[in-house]
Parts: sequence; C-alpha cells; structure tokens
Amino acid sequence: MSQLATDEPAPVAPAGPQVGADEWVARQAQRREYLPSWLGGTERLVEKVGWWPRLGLAAAAGLVLPLLHVGQFQLQVGIDSLVLALLALGLNVTVGWAGLLDLGYVAFFGFGAYGFALVSSDQLSAQGVHWPAYFSIPVVVVATGLLGLLVGLPSRRLSGDYLAIITLFFGEAFYEITNTVASSKLGGEDGIVGIDPIRGFGVQLLSTEQYYYLMVIFVVGAMIVLRLLEFSRTGRSWRAIRDDPLAASAMTISVDKVKLMAFAFGAMVAGLAGTEFAAQQVSIAPTDFTTQYLIMIYACLILGGAGSIGGAVAGALVLNVVLDGILRNPTYTGYLFYGLIVIALLVKLRPWRRLALVAGSTIVFGYALHAIAAAISHSWVSGSLQSGGWIASALRGWVIVPASATGPGDWGFVLLICMLIALAQVHGRTRTLLLVPTIYLAAFTWETLLGTPTNASITRYIIIAVVLIVMMIARPQGLLGTRRVEVPT
Amino acid sequence: MLLSLDKVTTYYGQMRILEGISLQVGEGELVCLLGGNASGKSTTLKTVLGVVTPRSGRVLLDDKDVTGWPVPQRIARGIAIVPENRRLFGQMTVRENLEMGAVLRHREKLDDDFDRVHALFPRLLERRNQLAGTLSGGEQQMVAMGRALMSRPRLLLMDEPSMGLSPALVQQNFQIISEVHQSGVAVLVVEQNAAMALSIADRGYVLSTGEIVLTGSAAELLRSEDLKRAYLGR
Ligand SMILES: Nc1ncnc2c1ncn2[C@@H]1O[C@H](COP(=O)(O)OP(=O)(O)OP(=O)(O)O)[C@@H](O)[C@H]1O
Ligand SMILES: [Mg+2]
Repeated sequence: MSQLATDEPAPVAPAGPQVGADEWVARQAQRREYLPSWLGGTERLVEKVGWWPRLGLAAAAGLVLPLLHVGQFQLQVGIDSLVLALLALGLNVTVGWAGLLDLGYVAFFGFGAYGFALVSSDQLSAQGVHWPAYFSIPVVVVATGLLGLLVGLPSRRLSGDYLAIITLFFGEAFYEITNTVASSKLGGEDGIVGIDPIRGFGVQLLSTEQYYYLMVIFVVGAMIVLRLLEFSRTGRSWRAIRDDPLAASAMTISVDKVKLMAFAFGAMVAGLAGTEFAAQQVSIAPTDFTTQYLIMIYACLILGGAGSIGGAVAGALVLNVVLDGILRNPTYTGYLFYGLIVIALLVKLRPWRRLALVAGSTIVFGYALHAIAAAISHSWVSGSLQSGGWIASALRGWVIVPASATGPGDWGFVLLICMLIALAQVHGRTRTLLLVPTIYLAAFTWETLLGTPTNASITRYIIIAVVLIVMMIARPQGLLGTRRVEVPT
Repeated sequence: MLLSLDKVTTYYGQMRILEGISLQVGEGELVCLLGGNASGKSTTLKTVLGVVTPRSGRVLLDDKDVTGWPVPQRIARGIAIVPENRRLFGQMTVRENLEMGAVLRHREKLDDDFDRVHALFPRLLERRNQLAGTLSGGEQQMVAMGRALMSRPRLLLMDEPSMGLSPALVQQNFQIISEVHQSGVAVLVVEQNAAMALSIADRGYVLSTGEIVLTGSAAELLRSEDLKRAYLGR
C-alpha cells in the first residue's frame, strides 16, 4: 500500500533503449489513488509523519506517563513491559530480520542478568564484587554478545528445524546450569539475592520512577541504534539472507559472517535487558528465564509484527499491559471480554441491518430464555453475576446464572466451543442465526465459569490466545509489520 | 582469458550432469550457451559461480584457479549474475534489491549506477518503493537485470534473462544486453531463443546432455545445420 501513498515526482524517462517504458509508465500518475475510508486516511497520515518524529512522540509519551500520578503498580507494569520490549527488539534482529529460529534466546537474557548479579553482589566472595554500573553493564553486554557468537557457530551449517533444536538445547542447558549444575556458585534454585541497584558516579537508582525512566531511555536508545542498523549494509544483508541465502551469497554477502552477527547483536540486546532486570528486581532465580518466558517474547514479536522495530515494542507493551495491567483485575477483564465481542461484531457484521438484527435478537432471546428459566425454577436464575459495575446491571435479568453455577458453566464452555466450531463451518443466513445463541452462551460461560476468580489465570491465557488467533486472521503481518509476500521460485 | 572451464565434470549426487566441459569467455566477449531443456546450462553457470563444485576439472578466473573457492570470493572478482528464476529478495523494495547488487561499495557512490539502471528500466524508478516480491514477473526480471548491472561487473552471467518478458520487451532486452556488451563487459548468456541470442553474440556453445556438441562463431552457428539438429532435436 505504501506505493499508493507516496507523493513523489513522476520519474522522467531518459532516451536510449529501454525495457518496460510502456503505457504503464506514461499513465502511472493517473493510476495512483488514495485508499478510501478512514483507515487509508490514517495510514497515509502515519506515513506522512515519518519514522523519527513518530519515535519522538512515543518517547515523549513514555516520559510524560509518570507525571500523570500513576501508582507504583502501574509503573512496575511499565518497567516489565519495557524489559519485554527490549527483549523483543533483540529477538527481532535474529528472528525478524535474519530469519534464524533461535529458541535459546531467553538464555542470553539470563546470562546478562546473572552476569550483572555476579559482579554486583556478595555472591562471588565474602566481601563481594561491586563494580559500578558504567563498567559492569558494558562488560556484561559485550560478554553476552560473545556468547551469542558462540551459540551462532552451529547456525553456519544448520538452518530451520535443526537450528531451532540446537538452540533450544542451549536454552535448557542454561537453565540446568543455573539451577543445579553450578548451584554453589550461582545459588541454585534460590538464585542470587541482594543485587546492587544501578549505581555509578555517586548516584544510585532506587525508586521505581527512576528505573522506569532508565528503561524508557534504554528502549528508545536501542530503537535508534537498531533503526540505523536496519538500513545499513549489515541490516540489508540480514534481510537478504532471510529472503534467499543463495542469492545473497551471489551478491558477495558472506552468509556465515552475517548470521553470526545477527546472533551476537540479538544476544547483546538481551544481555542489556538482563542487567536492568537484575538491578531492578534485586534478586534473580533460574525460573525467571524459562522457555515459558521465551514463548512470551515470541508472542510479542509475532503480535507486533516480526521484522518491524516499532512492532516489536508495540507488541510487548500491548501484550504485557493486557496480561499484567488489565487481566489481573476481574472488572477490567470483564470489560475486555465483552468489549472484544462487541468490537468483533461491529467490525465483522455488515450491513448495518444485519448487525441490528443480531443485536436485537440476542437481547430478546436472552430475556425470553431468562423468563422461561425463572418460571420453571427460581434456583436456575438465583446465582450471582461475576461481573460488577454497569455490566452487571445491564446483564441482570438477561443472562441466566444458576445458584450452583459450576456444573452448568463447564457444560456451557464445552457447548460454546462446539458452537464456535460450527460457526466457522456455516455461512450466510445460518451463521447469522447461529450467532445469536453463541453470543448468549459466551456471556453465560463468562458469568458462570471464565470470569470467576479461581479461573482467572487460565482465562488470561485463553484471552491472549483468542487475541492472537483473531490477529492472525485479521492482520497476519502483526500490528505494525508489513505483509509478507510470496516469492515464486 | 577472463573465464575458462577446463574439462569440468559436475555431479549432483550419483548423477553426472556435465561431462568434461571446456569453455572460454575472453575479456569483453559476448558468448552464448545454447541447449535444450535439462542439457546442463544452468549447472554450467552454477559451476562457474561456485554453487556446485566440479568433481574433476578446473574453473579459472583471470587464469587463476578458483575451483575450491566459495561464492562471495569469486563474485568479488567482478562477476555478476542474473540467476534463473530471478531470485530477488522478495521482502525488500526494488531500490534495496538494486543496492544489494552493489553491496560491496558505499551507498553514497551508487547514484551513477542507479541513474544508469533507471535509464535502462524506467519502470524500476517508478516502482522503487514496492516490495520486489509483489512485482509482476516481467518487472522482477528487470530488477534481476538491474541488480546484476549495479555492481559494474567485468563478467555478466545471465540465465535466461528474457524469461517472462513479452516478445516486444525481449527484443529491447537483447538490445540492452548488446549495449552492455559494447560498453566493455564480457557476457555469458544462456538463452532458449537461439536465433535472438546468436544475433548479438560473438561466439556460441551448444550443450546436449552435458556435453558440448558444437561451438563456433555466431555467424557459423546461425548457418549450421548441426545446430538445428542438436538444438531442436532430431
Ligand atoms: N540440485 C539438483 N539435484 C539433482 N539434480 C539436479 C539438480 N539441479 C539440476 N539437476 C538436474 O540436472 C539436469 C540439468 O539441469 P540444468 O538446470 O542445468 O538444466 P538447463 O540446461 O538449465 O535446463 P533449462 O533450460 O530447462 O533451464 C536436469 O536433469 C536436472 O533435473
Ligand atoms: Mg536452466
């Protein structure tokens, strides 16, 4: 779409033998059209603003945030999100640009954290080692880069599945080493405690605000460096070997060297994130660096759009804020759940007549069902709603909640899944018809099962999975990624 | 001699594809390599490039034995290739693809080369910000040609450079090849269109199931009855 939205002067065709100077070139100015609708307009506006001003705006927004009297908890969510963003940025180099499937990436994060912890605590000796941060951070980051180089060595021979397995082993080995093998030095499963804060030049960072600002600076700094790298010779070489290693080598690119560099750069960014994580957390343990967390980093990158710097950051912020900021609070979770349903209906149901029909039928269907159930037995409708606030008042008298909700809730959940599968199979009028009970069933399942506090942790992951699936269907390239194109070979 | 193959025999696994091929391209020469499908033309170019290593025989660039060398080192001696099936970087823009052709040189010094390529292929200037993978087949072929020219090669290897171009554009494309050749670049071109290729070539070789069955000046080959038999099948 970008070629439609650029306002550049029409090219002049010089004299001499030419290929492709036909009516297409002559008429290209007339054929350029802007996309209709507000979406195209927004896209054009965003493109007009340009990358650097957009970064400036985002950075300013990040720096202003603490001034808005947000609480300590929100700031901590912000810090965690920014650590995740830094990790996604590093992963974007190895996976997004160079296309090397690195499943041991989280070990670089751990290596950075452990490296920093060892030289900033009493772990190594009785008096401890306490390097100032301006010395320890660069040393640890460079060391992580060297480790990345080492792990990258097999990537010269392996690719795809094989590389993934080898790096996965590396990640697991790191966990085992920190957890059991070298437990006397590294603290075993208790990890390392009493890590120094970031300090140097007579300053110490102690408050959450200070770490928040530091993380904003690091993330923005990493974005600037990576942006400069992206269009440099190295950055282009990374993307070239991802697209076609053979053609890249025919362009004189040394594929092996370029792969190693991708590993090293990705590792360095992860190492940097590790140092900040250790300093801010004060204590670290092997369980901070598990494959589960790796999957989280991958999810951020995929959600945001692999290959895009802004996408990596946006994906991390969205995912972590949703998971930790919103989904830990039951009321917000309810808003998100019903909000997603309403948005999906608004976007997908066309024309408006059909939308109104479905909405109207759903409301009538619910009240009718509730009335019937109440007439049969009072205990069928005497349970209490999980939602609070205005959602509860809106749903009362519409959705059935039995006094003992657990059993019906389980059945409702199973039925809901069946209905969703059925919905995907049918089309046209049947689908519209089926939509009404499905929406109702979704609300029923939420109020009886999914929204209950005991199920909160599972529900979080269900919601994330749903968001990713919807994303995959609606925008496979991720939030800010560019759509992959198929190349005939 | 700029390029010479000396009794090259190449295998894919157990399968012998090239059998003792000897072939020369001199400085500034335009040589075409003809042959039916699966006769080993692309394999010959891959052997020159170093994608496959011959089991016996030698590959010489500037009379230097490069048989065991990796691809980038050979390319750096002034070769450029328009590969079969184009092999563009699909997720990169047209302009970035062209830049990749000259990746060894500084980007600031590429303006002249861009101008030259854009002059030959105006469509590429107009499409410079489009992802190469989304171009039409013919446009992709133009990018592959342009990318090869960006490196200012001394020897240009081309594997069916007219593939996917309409008949009118094929003619223009050959004019461009001929012009590139006249500017002093040696060209080794693989083509299905024998008449067209020979009309601009100095010399030609004809391959048949991995062996060179015919060679001579373009004029001789054009007149040859053997060519018709060897190339068009008997
Ligand atoms: N990687 C490979 N492994 C096994 N066999 C191969 C491989 N590459 C090519 N071949 C075989 O080698 C033979 C020669 O292939 P080549 O690509 O050189 O033909 P060509 O002369 O370029 O034909 P065309 O004009 O159709 O492109 C074919 O029979 C092909 O199947
Ligand atoms: Mg071929």
